[in-house]
Amino acid sequence: MARSSPARTGWLLSTPALILLFIGALGPLAIVVVYAFLEPGEYSGVVWNFSTEAWFRVFFERDIFDDTVSMADAHLTIFWRSVKLSLLTTFITFVIGFPTAWFIATRPPTQRAIWLFLITIPFWTNLLIRTFAIMEVVRNQGLLNSFLMWTGVIGRPLQILYTDTAVLIGMAYVYLPLMVLPLFAAIDRFDFKLIEAGYDLYASRTKVLRRVILPIVRPGIVAGSILVFVPSLGAYVTPRILGGGKNMMIGNFIELQFGQGRNWPLGAALSLILLLIVLVALIAYVRVTSNDGGRDGQT
Amino acid sequence: MTENAAVEVQKASRVYGAGSSAVRALDEVSLTIRRGEFFTLLGPSGCGKTTLLRLIAGFETPTTGQILIDGKDVSQTPPNQRRVNTVFQSYALFPHLTVSQNIGFGLEMLGRPRAQIKDAVARMLALVKMEKMADRRPQMLSGGQQQRVALARALAPEPEVLLLDEPLSALDLKLRKEMQLELKRLQTETGITFVFVTHDQEEALTMSDRIGVMSAGNLLQVGAPREIYNRPVNRFVADFIGETNFLTATIRNGIPRLSNGEAVQAKGPARLDGKTVTLAVRPEQVRIDPEGPIHATIAQTVYFGTDTHCHLRLADGTELVARLQSPPSGDIGLKAGEKVRIGFVPGAVQMLEG
Amino acid sequence: MARRDFSVSALPGFGTIAVIAFVLLYAPIVTMVIYSFNDSESVALWGGFSTRWYAAAWENTQVQEATIRSLIIAVSAALIATTVATMAALGTTRRGKFKGQTIIYIMINQPLMVPEIVTAVALLIFFAAIKVATGIQGLGYLILAHSAFCVPFAYLPIRARLEGMDMTLETAAADLYASPWQTFRRITLPLLAPGIAAGAMLSFVISLDDVIITEFVKSAGQDTLPTYMLGQLRRAVTPEVNAISTALLVLTVLLLTAFFLLTRRRG
Repeated sequence: MARSSPARTGWLLSTPALILLFIGALGPLAIVVVYAFLEPGEYSGVVWNFSTEAWFRVFFERDIFDDTVSMADAHLTIFWRSVKLSLLTTFITFVIGFPTAWFIATRPPTQRAIWLFLITIPFWTNLLIRTFAIMEVVRNQGLLNSFLMWTGVIGRPLQILYTDTAVLIGMAYVYLPLMVLPLFAAIDRFDFKLIEAGYDLYASRTKVLRRVILPIVRPGIVAGSILVFVPSLGAYVTPRILGGGKNMMIGNFIELQFGQGRNWPLGAALSLILLLIVLVALIAYVRVTSNDGGRDGQT
Repeated sequence: MTENAAVEVQKASRVYGAGSSAVRALDEVSLTIRRGEFFTLLGPSGCGKTTLLRLIAGFETPTTGQILIDGKDVSQTPPNQRRVNTVFQSYALFPHLTVSQNIGFGLEMLGRPRAQIKDAVARMLALVKMEKMADRRPQMLSGGQQQRVALARALAPEPEVLLLDEPLSALDLKLRKEMQLELKRLQTETGITFVFVTHDQEEALTMSDRIGVMSAGNLLQVGAPREIYNRPVNRFVADFIGETNFLTATIRNGIPRLSNGEAVQAKGPARLDGKTVTLAVRPEQVRIDPEGPIHATIAQTVYFGTDTHCHLRLADGTELVARLQSPPSGDIGLKAGEKVRIGFVPGAVQMLEG
Repeated sequence: MARRDFSVSALPGFGTIAVIAFVLLYAPIVTMVIYSFNDSESVALWGGFSTRWYAAAWENTQVQEATIRSLIIAVSAALIATTVATMAALGTTRRGKFKGQTIIYIMINQPLMVPEIVTAVALLIFFAAIKVATGIQGLGYLILAHSAFCVPFAYLPIRARLEGMDMTLETAAADLYASPWQTFRRITLPLLAPGIAAGAMLSFVISLDDVIITEFVKSAGQDTLPTYMLGQLRRAVTPEVNAISTALLVLTVLLLTAFFLLTRRRG
């Protein structure tokens, strides 16, 4: 009997999905690469002339009057803010998320499903809605200021909304479930006999945490960090709502190039830089996780 | 109490849960394990042997009663402060550390100097013959090799007592036999007290200095292997250790008699006269003997190579197994349905009350 | 004296941090839900219980149109994404490794890896070019974009279900004289159904929630519910937006509960 090879059937069955993804996601990315090397049109769009001006403009600016070149400080500030806020978000979500994931994983099985469900609800709730919710908390008459004034820490409301702090609080809030879920998955797979072995071999609680638990759940930590860092870096909704117009991140700056700024090639170049950073992070992730359990690390 | 006691368990109980759903996993068990001995806790799963081991290790606390190690009450001492190490059933080797790092872990946690740790690790690697695997990760080792590393890791800090929780259960039969000898050798060489938990009676008999038989949270009998095998205190022990035939008899004038009046070659104390007792006799101590006092019918013979098992039925319907050595021809010459007479090896019959 | 076990899994302070995390996670959402029933014009003051903002949102024609548009897009995208994802899952699971499998896998999961803003920009450029070239307008662009980024969300639960399925069942069916098509119709598909339903539901939620790609791809007058809400935002959240958010939240929780029950009942 003639049998179709798994490869042929596999590709055949996957073709509709691949075509859809090619038109709806992958193909257009190639066009972005092209646009990043064109000249901007007067109102929008592009003029079909090859140019590296967009890439130049990412880092430098040219004085209109005397053509002197200087670093594009405004751009660099936005880049730096994006990276800084994303790293801080990752750190904060880890510090809160690890104990939370540990807590869920160590509940009795019947309770565990409930706690997990409680983490999943915010995870699947519209990001916009969650950002609205946190906006209500950080604004001048919001929950946070009321609480701080009630405890007497501050005398009058702090201006938190439309600052970097608001963006940071917002991102940590909306991305926390993304940290907790992979950490939970890693801890759930963790063999608790290893902790017993650690205590049996005279380790203290902190030693067990540092020398046994953290190294073994490392793939989960890396996965959670990537899952938080990548969308933080490309965040658009949260900084737009909580940062106001001034405290832009890369995502908002890219949007600006397709709206008021009207420089499509610059927007395309910025997108590609963002994509590049994300790809580097993903490759690092793959290397870290595939290394795990391999050969001795300290040859 | 005892001068050379490594572990003393004093009326230790362990209850899980509370109220009506409470389970008593260990019921006022008292036990003294001597320094330097190979002690085995033997019993079926759920008998409380692992619970007792975990109480000694410190992973669980006795609900009532005390655990003493080296004469000191450690009932409330956390496991990382007890000079006791465990070889886990699943080995629980740290997957992110090499064999050497695994072995050195305990000494490192005790804050020993580097040089000393290095020496100890080298010694342990040699002891378990794993020198060539020093830099491997545990997941690259076979089951038997992982077992050796787990042993070395637990022995490296030179504990007062080494606890072994069914460490051989994951190995295949051949490897298990090898490791039994290996364990015995290590115990003799190091002189450390071993407390070994198993449900395998053969393992217990071949390795131990003394055995404690457990059932349903109770310690039924403690003694040397021969003592346990030849002088079981009750039906459970007799049944659990080795194979045993049980006969019901009534003592008349100091002689136990079956229901049809046939006498059994055993002595019963006069105080039991008129009482019904259970007689236990090992299959290898049943003889087919034309002069024997008991009539039986052959039900079936099963060939086992060196032995042939002969299933017999007595007049009162009791079934009995005789283990006979197979003759060179392999055929013991007995057919199902054949009527024979049997007897027991003198002194082999155990009388159990109740 | 009560004796306590030495708890192996306990780490100091972890329980406290976890409970605080859950409180922080829910406090804003709960506040939002409560304030959606606030009678007051101002979002800051409590003016008594009222459902007037729900009524206002319900009667707002812009909200009605955006809701219908959102539903049309989400249902279409879920159907398309689930169909192609089911086929791809059948093609890439349980047939042994084949050349190019990793490429297919990477391509299918690509929307999860590329930042959404980048895809949004790419689609904006691409669709703008098509619109200029062909003059075709309409919801098709949004449906196409949503279908594409929903594929991995539909694919993952279906694939997970397939991998958990006992292959011998199909062998047994074949042994009992079923043709490959009969085997698929009578054995594989019914067993796969919960995975497909889960994938469709996830796709629906993901499409319904999308802001960024929709914001970039939509033409004038093509607002979905999320982009409408984003547009309404001036200085603060209006009570009407609170009401819509709460309604969407309830819908999400309901779908999620259904999803949980579906995936739990696995053989």
